[in-house]
Amino acid sequence: MAENEERLRRTMMFVPGNNPAMVKDAGIYGADSIMFDLEDSVSLPEKDAARLLVYEALQTQDYGDAEMVVRVNGQDTPFYDNDVKAMVKAGIDVIRLPKAESAEMVQKLDADIAAAEKEFGREAGSTHLMAAIESARGVLQAANIAAASDRMIGIALSAEDYTTDMKTHRYPDGRELEFARNMVLHAARAAGVAAFDTVFTNMDDTEGFYRETEYIHQLGFDGKSLVNPRQIPMVNKIYEPTEAEIKNARNVINAIQEAKLKGSGVISMNGQMVDRPVVLRAQRVMKLAKASNLVDEEGNYLEK
Amino acid sequence: MKSKVNRELPDDLMKELDYKPFETTEIGHPEIQRVAPKVHVSTGDDKIVDSIKQVVADTVKDGMTISFHHHFRNGDFVFNQVMRVIIDAGIKNLTLAPSSLTGVMNDMVIEAIKAGTITNITSSGMRGSLGDFVSHGGLKNPVIFRSHGNRARAIEHGDIKIDVAFLGVPSADRLGNANGMEGNAVFGSLGYALMDAQYADQVVLLTDNIVDYPNTPASIKQTQVDYVVKVDKVGDPDKIGSGATRFTKDPKELKIASMVNDVITHSPYFKDGFSFQTGSGGAALAVTRYLRQSMIDNQIKASFALGGITKPTTDLLNEGLVKKVMDVQDFDKGAADSMHTNGNQQEIDASWYADPDNKGAMVDQLDVVILSALEIDTKFNVNVMTGSDGVIRGAIGGHQDAATGKLTIISAPLVRGRIATVVPDVTTVVTPGDSVDVLVTEFGIAINPKRIDLIAVLSSIPGLPVYKIEDLQKMAEKRVGTPKPLEFTDRTVALIEYRDGTVIDTVKEVKD
Repeated sequence: MAENEERLRRTMMFVPGNNPAMVKDAGIYGADSIMFDLEDSVSLPEKDAARLLVYEALQTQDYGDAEMVVRVNGQDTPFYDNDVKAMVKAGIDVIRLPKAESAEMVQKLDADIAAAEKEFGREAGSTHLMAAIESARGVLQAANIAAASDRMIGIALSAEDYTTDMKTHRYPDGRELEFARNMVLHAARAAGVAAFDTVFTNMDDTEGFYRETEYIHQLGFDGKSLVNPRQIPMVNKIYEPTEAEIKNARNVINAIQEAKLKGSGVISMNGQMVDRPVVLRAQRVMKLAKASNLVDEEGNYLEK
Repeated sequence: MKSKVNRELPDDLMKELDYKPFETTEIGHPEIQRVAPKVHVSTGDDKIVDSIKQVVADTVKDGMTISFHHHFRNGDFVFNQVMRVIIDAGIKNLTLAPSSLTGVMNDMVIEAIKAGTITNITSSGMRGSLGDFVSHGGLKNPVIFRSHGNRARAIEHGDIKIDVAFLGVPSADRLGNANGMEGNAVFGSLGYALMDAQYADQVVLLTDNIVDYPNTPASIKQTQVDYVVKVDKVGDPDKIGSGATRFTKDPKELKIASMVNDVITHSPYFKDGFSFQTGSGGAALAVTRYLRQSMIDNQIKASFALGGITKPTTDLLNEGLVKKVMDVQDFDKGAADSMHTNGNQQEIDASWYADPDNKGAMVDQLDVVILSALEIDTKFNVNVMTGSDGVIRGAIGGHQDAATGKLTIISAPLVRGRIATVVPDVTTVVTPGDSVDVLVTEFGIAINPKRIDLIAVLSSIPGLPVYKIEDLQKMAEKRVGTPKPLEFTDRTVALIEYRDGTVIDTVKEVKD
């Protein structure tokens, strides 16, 4: 499994890899992850141009702290090999495999990345990968896919292709995705990787977007794939911890530090033992609070 | 000689035109003598004229200064009708002194220059083919660009002496009582034209709508008007302004707008009774929306909104979040209609709005102003006149005037396409950096180092990175590279006046 597993991944913003203006500006919206797309949003005649554009952008543009992801073309296309090589050479953080249906597909990508890392002198294992689950077969194989590579950082549900495969389409209440969402989420958690929910494309339905995001937040997804930067603050708002959560987390963190100072292996707070899940949750809450600008550098809650 | 913003000014031209170089944004307390117009005495019963041809024959002579207003913007039918007659009459050597020139006038101005009808121009700005024509040396004498406040000052001083003003209005009575609010082609405030009506020796109204005497409310009064000409149409209402102003969906503009709002709401000026000017354009409208929410959340009301007005601003007036709207022009039909129906929306003339040589102008009372920029440099100097190719494609508008507000925010993207907005030196200095306080880009803000007070309050806003402007400039250059320097000839094609009538910079002829 890849390191930095506790990285925040609330928002993964899709950016068409053939649109120079959008590629150039992708860094300004505060997305946790930026995903340049070489696949579905790029038409066949533009595949090479898009690959070149994204390659150059990764060399020259400053995307700050965002995790850089590229969705390459599928393994059944003639673009896949060049996509993987160019992106590894460019030093991409994560390569996203579309239409993943088996552990073998992930293992092939892993091997191709390893070869490319060697060819272009990049540190072995420095390029991570993730997989998109877009079919019934993929959903049923999700657990194997999620655990198929040490480079794996997460798996994502892609609902457009999946609902087509299921002979349905997307509904406002999302019930057609219940099984897939839970499968993907469980597979991710069992493998210790991140889980990304699918995109919500109707920009005019703000209420629907909030409803869906609240739902996947409740389920436990790390975050959501996005098609429009305007959705970033909306997702971040849902993922904001409450004041009470932050203050509680702060107390847990303080208790850990106290225990460390005392050289004690047991962490206690208000006379109660604090166990590992509580510690992990507290750390995540503080990370979210910091990213949401709700606390200062020392972790003190900032009154709104 | 040089202006205080380190721009070389041509000695011969400065001497010939009796100009002083720009020194300071401080106006001080000089004593000013204003001028008064000639009055051709009449009882008023003989003002109606049947044709433009007749009124031109009666009024316009070689060498005169004539003026127009630009309130119809690109829906203007008046300018071209009048200029056609003037060119055909063979009149020469006119000075054209409109409040500004819009795209629909360009071809006619170029024709008039080529015919020798127009030999001098003073304007707020020009764009398109006319800007291109002038930048390529098409007009022998340099154009003089003046801000709206400075035009009012120049008229009051007699620097611009208007012989005949041709003013289109959507409604007038037979004696010339007129407003911009009633009729077909309505545009609301007549703010800029009120200067011409008050100071021109002869005032000609053109209207397609002669109403019963006396016409009220009368923005232009019968005491100022010499002629009333009935024409078929004064303008195209669809092209005067957008019917309904829509909020931008551009995520970059929204991002900048929300950061502008953060700057405003964290500044010491954001308190009950504050005042603001936002202007037009996508980002400015979005700022108004964010500001509205912040005013509601913090229970803050503004004492007035100023300048060019849009519907989002008049909505704030109707909601009670803004107590008065001080309106020199309206950018859309919603704002124009609102002036008619809401008594708290006051029509103001350009002098009241922004003239520096005054017993107090509205801009002197302004707390917060948001302005745009084609370029801004590391000295915070702003260019709103020339493009990255050095060609004239802009207007000063109220930029220099409103920049005297207490918190002047320039809202601009770091780069536009492959062109940097934040540059080492702007091509043309229009507004001096001394009157600019904060630059807001999509990457972060820069605060004028002279505003130590603002640096203290704006430096620790979560999610609002503060950079030195030099760093923003370097970020821009890193993204788009270093452009080849522009090439100009030695010939001056335009002078940029500062609002006090000094010269701050020049525009040179582009070399192709």
